[in-house]
Amino acid sequence: MTEPGDLLPVHPGDLLPVSGPAAPPRANGELVFAAPWESRTFGLTLALHERGLFAWSSFQEKLIEAIARWEADRPRAAGSETPVEYPYYRCWQQALEALLADLGLCAPTDLDDRARTLAERAHGHDH
Amino acid sequence: MSHDPSDPALRTEALEALLTERGVVEAPAIDRLIAYYEEQVGPMNGARVVARAWSDPAYRARLLTDGRSAIAELGFEGPQSEHLVVVENAPGVHNVVVCTLCSCYPWPVLGLPPSWYKDPAYRSRIVREPRAVLAEMGLALDEATEIRVWDSSAEVRYLVLPERPAGSEGLAEDALAGLVSRDAMIGVARIPPP
Repeated sequence: MTEPGDLLPVHPGDLLPVSGPAAPPRANGELVFAAPWESRTFGLTLALHERGLFAWSSFQEKLIEAIARWEADRPRAAGSETPVEYPYYRCWQQALEALLADLGLCAPTDLDDRARTLAERAHGHDH
Repeated sequence: MSHDPSDPALRTEALEALLTERGVVEAPAIDRLIAYYEEQVGPMNGARVVARAWSDPAYRARLLTDGRSAIAELGFEGPQSEHLVVVENAPGVHNVVVCTLCSCYPWPVLGLPPSWYKDPAYRSRIVREPRAVLAEMGLALDEATEIRVWDSSAEVRYLVLPERPAGSEGLAEDALAGLVSRDAMIGVARIPPP
């Protein structure tokens, strides 16, 4: 993944309608993201890249490392030969966290502390 | 929501909050990018590229020579298309695309990859035993057909130009685009006759 230029095409007129009768099949029945946090992590990564904070290839290196780590230590369900579901966006998240730590933009301890604070929110405020 | 601080949703929320407070990122930029990739980009872009290539021999030649410039002619550009190589199926030659190390994929023409494309099983097996994997995915190729497996990387992403199906001769470009599936452009399916 080299240095992308503009993330968004500037020719919206060239895009086909995304809904309605003229819309071609697009996602082929598959959701792009399985959970809201997956799309958030994806969007956050792109937004940070768009701000010029890192080269996409730097993120990709971290992603490859995170995936390789998971595959080397592939967990299996207890007593079963069936591998647990591949946590692609967990790997993505780990890659982003590692990259931001390297760049000095977010220390792992800061992130752990904030996640713990959020986890301890009074019930009913955890949305 | 879980109360476990290692819960990925909590970590995502925590990371976004910290970066927002530090002025590094703004929520509307994230919202816009998510909406763009959920709604505006997808295989319909690649389908237009394929339909144009089927309809216009000069465009097809440009596409096979310089994929990035040719898709930019139709307004498709962005990350992961900087070095787009288009590989053409022909009688006796079938192309299929993988990213063995992670998930490189030509976003501007196909959107984000389906989960099976990212799956470790597909990524390792399609290289070792492409004929068997394609057959499992519903694409039976005879032994005489050469299968070329293209491994995407930081440097190069691939798009398969499928064979135009028999019986589509009279169709206009828009109708042709409607025939083209995502899976055919990854190389794990053929396009059936209309």
